[in-house]
Amino acid sequence: MTKTITDVICPFCGTLCDDLEVVVSDDGKKLLEVYNACVIGTEKFLHSQSKDRVTRPRLHQPDGTWKEISYDEAAEYTAQMLAKAKKPLMYGWSSTNCEAQSVGNEIAEISRACCDNTAAVCHGTTLIAVQDIGLPTCTLGEVKNRADRIIFWGCNPAHAHPRHMSRYSIFPRGFFTGKGQMSRKMIVVDPRVTDTAKMADVHLQIEQGRDYELLNALRVALNNEWLPDSVAGIPKEKIREAAEMMKSGRFGIIFFGMGVTQSLSKNHNIDEAIALTVHLNEFTKYSIMPMRGHYNVTGSGEVFAWQFGFPYSIDLSRGFARYNPGDTSSIDLLVRGEIDAMFTIGSDPGAHFPISAVKPIANMPSVCIDPHQTPTSGVSKLHVPVSFNGVETGGNCYRMDNVPIDCRKVVEPPEGMLSDEQFLIKVRDRLKQLKGAA
Amino acid sequence: MSEYIIKNGNVFDPVQGIKGDKADVAIKDGKIVAKAGSGAKVIDAKGKTVMAGAVEIHAHIAGPKVNLGRIYRPEDKLFSCTPTKGMERMGGGASIPTTFKTGYEYAKMGYTTAMEAAMPPLFSRHVHEEIRDTPIIDEGAFPVFGNNWFVMEYLKNHEVENTAAYCAWLLRATKGFAIKVVNPGGTEAWGWGLNCLSVNDPVPYFDITPAEIIKGLIEANEYLGLPHSMHIHPNNLGNPGCYETTLDTLKLASGFKAKNKFGREQVMHLTHSQFHSYGGTNWGDFESKAKEITDYVNKNKNITIDTGNVTLDETTTMTADGPFEHHLTGLNHLKWANCDVELETAAGVVPYIYSPSISVCAIQWAIGLEIALMMKDPMRCYITTDHPNAGPFTRYPRVIKWLMSTKAREAQINAFKHKDKVLSQTSIGSLDKEISLYELAQMTRAGPAKSLGLSAMCGGLKPGMDADVAVYDFDPDKPVANPDDIEKAFSRCAAVFKSGVQVVNNGEIISNGHKRTLWVNVKSKENPQVMRDINEKFIKYYSMTQANYEALGHHFIPNPFALEVDAT
Repeated sequence: MTKTITDVICPFCGTLCDDLEVVVSDDGKKLLEVYNACVIGTEKFLHSQSKDRVTRPRLHQPDGTWKEISYDEAAEYTAQMLAKAKKPLMYGWSSTNCEAQSVGNEIAEISRACCDNTAAVCHGTTLIAVQDIGLPTCTLGEVKNRADRIIFWGCNPAHAHPRHMSRYSIFPRGFFTGKGQMSRKMIVVDPRVTDTAKMADVHLQIEQGRDYELLNALRVALNNEWLPDSVAGIPKEKIREAAEMMKSGRFGIIFFGMGVTQSLSKNHNIDEAIALTVHLNEFTKYSIMPMRGHYNVTGSGEVFAWQFGFPYSIDLSRGFARYNPGDTSSIDLLVRGEIDAMFTIGSDPGAHFPISAVKPIANMPSVCIDPHQTPTSGVSKLHVPVSFNGVETGGNCYRMDNVPIDCRKVVEPPEGMLSDEQFLIKVRDRLKQLKGAA
Repeated sequence: MSEYIIKNGNVFDPVQGIKGDKADVAIKDGKIVAKAGSGAKVIDAKGKTVMAGAVEIHAHIAGPKVNLGRIYRPEDKLFSCTPTKGMERMGGGASIPTTFKTGYEYAKMGYTTAMEAAMPPLFSRHVHEEIRDTPIIDEGAFPVFGNNWFVMEYLKNHEVENTAAYCAWLLRATKGFAIKVVNPGGTEAWGWGLNCLSVNDPVPYFDITPAEIIKGLIEANEYLGLPHSMHIHPNNLGNPGCYETTLDTLKLASGFKAKNKFGREQVMHLTHSQFHSYGGTNWGDFESKAKEITDYVNKNKNITIDTGNVTLDETTTMTADGPFEHHLTGLNHLKWANCDVELETAAGVVPYIYSPSISVCAIQWAIGLEIALMMKDPMRCYITTDHPNAGPFTRYPRVIKWLMSTKAREAQINAFKHKDKVLSQTSIGSLDKEISLYELAQMTRAGPAKSLGLSAMCGGLKPGMDADVAVYDFDPDKPVANPDDIEKAFSRCAAVFKSGVQVVNNGEIISNGHKRTLWVNVKSKENPQVMRDINEKFIKYYSMTQANYEALGHHFIPNPFALEVDAT
């Protein structure tokens, strides 16, 4: 007999769908089917069953081979590394739960590390803009129940957040939006004709990197002021049409992604996008929301903030938190050669950082905690595989709208494997001994 | 567990009517006892003031809007960070301190219990995660109900029983402590960019008025017999002339009588009353109506209030009154954060500077003090700053100084740029009352504990109560040479005990104690209709499934303390 577990949370993206159904074998050891999830989410669950999975920590040998070691030995290596380092970097956290993040922060405090999450390469610029100007936002249910104007700016949910449109933004019928997508107007701003853009009522095919100009032009159009014939490659008539469509809604929202946060003007783009949202509130009700990627990158920012006061790029080397993105952020620290040990968890800088920041990782004591084999595990001295969070362990995580949801454990991890949190507790306890901490 | 005897202190305990007598306080097994054994550790409190641990009735110290404040105000951390030290984790933040710093700062001032005043139910897990990481102090959180779709729909049809059943379910699901109401109806209207400024403004779509929501929730509260009363932040906060809306709100409590087994006597708690006691028609003729508000409350025993004292600091305002924060950003043009929460509530966050050079801020300062000085029964008026809205809680010692010393008040009035305007628009200059230590113990301990329904466990030093004790380095027998000495003494305790564990010694943290999460477990009658309605709303309108809504498990609430209520 198989068992079906309902209300399962998908630990892939920031949409954090919580209506999945997972069929497991009677003994709870094998995961058989995943229902309701998108193709990526399904794959995340099923991948935990793969035959080639690494189940024990492995240490890189001088000849390039791996030597299997025990978790205790791995914890010893990690604790020694952190204890000896003058300025270790602890990076990642976005694919693990808040409980593990919390233990990690304690370790960071004891070892006076720099700590950072993947916002460093995605919505970090958003956080800087929020610090400049604020953030009028809402929960995703507000979008479902009220929103009749949806703007996707520099993001492609059809591929990156596959169930976003069906669960929250375009198709669902909410309390005041009984006609679903029939009652909504959809604007997409993207230089490419993406699958999301193809669905839009209006697609503003913006010139690459001209987001700031177009956002600014929309604000001008809201006030019916003079515009040049075209801005960012968009004719002024189309800009006025889009502004009118935005303004005429009862409740609108701008969702934005890496197309805006990581194009040339970076945080200045977001400043302007938020300013546009604030401006729209003079006419009607508007919100704005970043499309967060990793399922719990938001949670990492939250835990950092309540424990250290800042959401990312934190430097604890003086015993208290300092924050100066561009100086205390991971890539900058790595490129400048400022750190002497690398601790990675729940993320893959090897695949996403510039090569100039990845090379130093290969040349220093380094640990990668990840259930998968990744480019980062490949360059690290020690790879510690752990159970899949959200599949083989539970724990709290935060959706892209900051709503916390508790992940569910649906299947047993391979025998003898530890979770992130369990491994980190071992490291913390050993580190306390080494440092003589209270 | 260790035994202690705090010897020869000047004890102030309204619960037993002790007014500064030299007495010993004995502690055993986490409780106050009549007599300690011979092995008890002696704490010498000669020449010092001994009170129960203080109780915070209203502060914003944990949860999504507090953390949004932390995230979006890196400037709040300037000059305020403290490194890891001994028992203490690192801290940072002035108006919105990190969780660890919050616990330490409260404890150092002699506070042992605090209530988070607005918990969006959908975010209850976040609130509890922060509460878990706030050391030492016991904490509870008030879920917000005043703009909740279930509540408005039931009360539209006068279904008090269903409202009560829903409230009971939500308190259990979120591990909440009390029924909180913020700008009833107005925050729902904010979903469309609108507001309700009087108690009779209709709520868009829901066909109900704030007055009906307030009365209905008082009824539901008393129907269930909850430890605390309905706790309200009324409509029209912070606007000149708002005192009339406040009086309209207070009048809605008339005729109701408290029904509960917790010793509470009020049916309505009006919070941060300073923000609701404004006269005038604009910021130019802005004036105090503290007298009108306190006159009404003095006469009506079924109401308690807290002050919401302005402390003249740079701070971060945050409230579930979403439309108010939008209004505020229009006034000061500083950064604005807002979060509307599906079916339940909203919140806004805006930084604010209460400058002594601005007449309105100086008048607000005076109004908060007037309220505390004009209230005849200190058991019904509690000191708060609505942290961090009118000022950070770390300024309580300064507020105490202003209340205990006319000299300190005069010095501040003389320092105002618009002194004459403060004196003409308020009556602070003519008030010569000085709060006594006994009254202080009423306003910060026995009173709030009683109002919260916690009088059996905290707020006093009677044998059998929790051993929450604060020893201040303040000799009541000596005249106060300089009012600043009052502030200094109340800033850092000589010793603090939390549930029998010494947590502070000479102003330093020496233990993280055994902090608890207080919540109210209401057993209510089975109500299939309400359960069906909840089920339907989750399927149709929430963005989360019902099965994932509840804050369950050890990782959220590692040390729960449930107040049991049987409303079956």
